[in-house]
Amino acid sequence: MEKITPNTPAEKMTIAGNIYEAGNSLNFKTGDWRSVKPIYISEKCKQCGLCFPVCPDDAIPVNKEQKREDFNYDYCKGCGVCAKVCPFGAIEMK
Amino acid sequence: MSIRERLSGNEAAATAMRQINPDVVAAFPITPSTEIPQYFSTFVSNGTVDTEFVAVESEHSAMSACIGAEAAGARAMTATSANGLSLMWEMIYIASSMRLPIVMSLVNRAVSGPLNIHNDHSDAMGVRDAGWIMLFSENNQEAYDNLIMAHRIAENKDVLLPLMVCQDGFITSHSIENIELIEDEKVKEFVGKYKPEHYLLNDKEKIAMGPLDVQTYLFEHKYQQANAMRNAKKVIAEVSEEFEKMTGRKYSFFEEYKMEDAEIVIVCMNSTAGTTKYVVDSLREKGVKAGLLKVRMFRPFPAEEIAKALSKAKAVAVLDKSDSVNGVGGALYTDVTSAMYVNGVNVPMVNYIYGIGGRDTTSYDIEGVYNDLMEIVKSGKVDNPYRYFGVRREK
Repeated sequence: MEKITPNTPAEKMTIAGNIYEAGNSLNFKTGDWRSVKPIYISEKCKQCGLCFPVCPDDAIPVNKEQKREDFNYDYCKGCGVCAKVCPFGAIEMK
Repeated sequence: MSIRERLSGNEAAATAMRQINPDVVAAFPITPSTEIPQYFSTFVSNGTVDTEFVAVESEHSAMSACIGAEAAGARAMTATSANGLSLMWEMIYIASSMRLPIVMSLVNRAVSGPLNIHNDHSDAMGVRDAGWIMLFSENNQEAYDNLIMAHRIAENKDVLLPLMVCQDGFITSHSIENIELIEDEKVKEFVGKYKPEHYLLNDKEKIAMGPLDVQTYLFEHKYQQANAMRNAKKVIAEVSEEFEKMTGRKYSFFEEYKMEDAEIVIVCMNSTAGTTKYVVDSLREKGVKAGLLKVRMFRPFPAEEIAKALSKAKAVAVLDKSDSVNGVGGALYTDVTSAMYVNGVNVPMVNYIYGIGGRDTTSYDIEGVYNDLMEIVKSGKVDNPYRYFGVRREK
């Protein structure tokens, strides 16, 4: 599929804005909706695994060792749910 | 050989749906269209059709289910009236902007309030800019024929727009008239199989439908939609021609009744055209050159063709069965007058709002309009173009 950009004329755009590829929400970065930001304090983190399942987006990456890494701010909207569930104070909202 | 029958307008619509045998019908009952899903659900129960009938809890859901079905790759139909259509309103726009060729049978009724279940065109006029193709039908035969042609028009790859077939609530939906049906096999062949190019259940193509459309894209998609509506004109003409070859019944963008030398002309839609033909015939016997232009294709609007057809008239009256409450006149009137202006045709024109809430429209009313037109021709003056007939007023 030819990439559609803000310069693509109407005739070259797909009908009704259909997108013929999967997983395309990755291209829509929503991090700038954020007004407060979670800070990951790795030394307090016990890798208990409670935070990443509650993230409504995909802002807490988990690596192959099943360990969480620092926030992906491209998608974090700053909702603070992760900070609320953390039993160890390893996430602070700023 | 075609089949001679006598059916009500609702029976005719349900029969067309049976012959089309769509994949999905989602509908919610509302007077006066209730009988259409009612008859159709008996076809489903009897196994006469293969359709999945979705008995939804509201009209908003009926249109939503049709959108889901059509997006999945199925052929979906529904029927409604008045407030049912009002409740669908949000989804009406989504159906057309997602370019889903859903076909609806709209049995015209007054939109509340005050509450009224009888015929006028306020429901259809409320969605006239929603991006649906709109065909109007004088009687049961036309409601049936328009439905048989509907999918061929809506599903054409240059169109891909939803389509509604309108007929007058009670006046035609509940009165039984003679009708000529097409054989089941012929309809099946004419309508053909639905083969969408892009659909959700296609495992060969990944697809996301109806995504967020920001400032940089929505305008272009609306332009595509408008182009599709412009394309629809040609497709409607082609499909109607093919339909004529099959049935011998001719359908144009509008019907011209005794228009060749007509000096005074009425423009109207749906069942009132039948009454008007009767009046035209009786006036012709008296030597009055009266004519009728009955609009079948209201969206897309055949502006250029209508202006041309009316260019030789000496006075024209446009009848609107819905008051646009805008201080200047009904929707059909403003469309016809702007068509005339843009195409450089200048004929004295008047508008009549009539038949609101099922107010009876008699041949005497129509004769009164022709008399007014004769007066306009004689005096060359139009005092007030925004008129009414049939409403009680102080003398």
